[in-house]
Amino acid sequence: MDEGLKNELQKQGVFTTTLEEIYNWGRRNSIWPLQFGLACCAIEMIATTMARYDLARFGAEVFRPSPRQADLMIVAGTVTKKMAPQVVRLYNQMAEPKYVIAMGACAISGGPFKQGYNVLKGIDRFIPVDVHIPGCPPRPEALIHAFMTLQRKIAEQELIGAAQPRHLNPDAPSEFPVPQYGEHDLQPPNNPKVWRAPALVR
Amino acid sequence: METLAQIKSRIEAAVPGATVQIISNDSPAAQNSLLVDRAHAVAVAQFLRDDAELKFDYCSNVTGVDWPQAELTEKIKIKKLVDGVEKEVEEVKKTIRPAYLEAVYHLYSMEKKHGPVILRMRTEDRAEKTHLPSLTPVWRSCEFQEREIFDLFGITFDGHPDLRRILMWEGYKDHPMRKDYVEPDDYEYEPTPHDEVLEKAKKHYPAAS
Repeated sequence: MDEGLKNELQKQGVFTTTLEEIYNWGRRNSIWPLQFGLACCAIEMIATTMARYDLARFGAEVFRPSPRQADLMIVAGTVTKKMAPQVVRLYNQMAEPKYVIAMGACAISGGPFKQGYNVLKGIDRFIPVDVHIPGCPPRPEALIHAFMTLQRKIAEQELIGAAQPRHLNPDAPSEFPVPQYGEHDLQPPNNPKVWRAPALVR
Repeated sequence: METLAQIKSRIEAAVPGATVQIISNDSPAAQNSLLVDRAHAVAVAQFLRDDAELKFDYCSNVTGVDWPQAELTEKIKIKKLVDGVEKEVEEVKKTIRPAYLEAVYHLYSMEKKHGPVILRMRTEDRAEKTHLPSLTPVWRSCEFQEREIFDLFGITFDGHPDLRRILMWEGYKDHPMRKDYVEPDDYEYEPTPHDEVLEKAKKHYPAAS
């Protein structure tokens, strides 16, 4: 719809919108996160939801204790190799559309434990991550910023066409393989469909 | 608190057959410790806990140490006849230290407000005979820490009520804190690699080096 005509109509008291806009507006203002934390980042996540930072302003005050009712997974903390299959399984149990925020140095890369034998070097090795937040731990403002970034991302999603989001494409996977406990490491150690080793470009 | 030598002689008097050895620590901390034999370790631990003078009622920390086989060189002065004259000559003596695993217990007394006394136990070797008696029946606080040693060093504690891996999963084969542990090769690019990480970086990103 023409922007000028839309403005003109609005002055006359007629509000026009598109289905896409109102659909995305509704979704981005009620993202319910999954209630789980893995380490110290979870404390910052809890602080974000409390009165001072008040995540409720963004429509995300309802932390759901069940993955079936959640839209967003905030991976807050160190993902150990022992915990990784459970995190992937929780993600698989969430209903589409679903989003992931990897919060903190550990969740995005392994952080200070990157060289450790028991820590996964970033949850993006197994599940697709929408927003990465650096920090150890990130301040509540950083989580709110990540949240607003995610909201912007949802607002820009197109309902039809080639740039459709994953949840509208019946052929796109909504479940990802759960890694198995191997004799020396997780099997497989990463999911090549969602992650590949960073290339060094010179 | 009594000195370590006094404690040692009291243990030997109280627990017949027990062999206790004082392991000296040459560092500035000078925290010497008691090495007890496997067969009498539980009796020695019970004595340390129940003795009216010592009352070590609290085990604060249990840890493991991996000692791979090593060749120790030591310089000793020997008097020798050189051309008919007696002289002091330095000689290098080489000894082979056998490989073993060690469990170290730090004991304190809450009642008497003294400690720590450090207790050590050694396994026969680090391949198959890696059994030690569990001291969990004596000090309950050893339970999780002995499980951790079982997980990361591979010492089996006989008499432990619930000996399972604690950090890694069931079915995991390695003992990551042993010195010969080889970790899975899953290096990921880092902007400023150094030391061992640099060696790995060269393997994965030859162009960067």
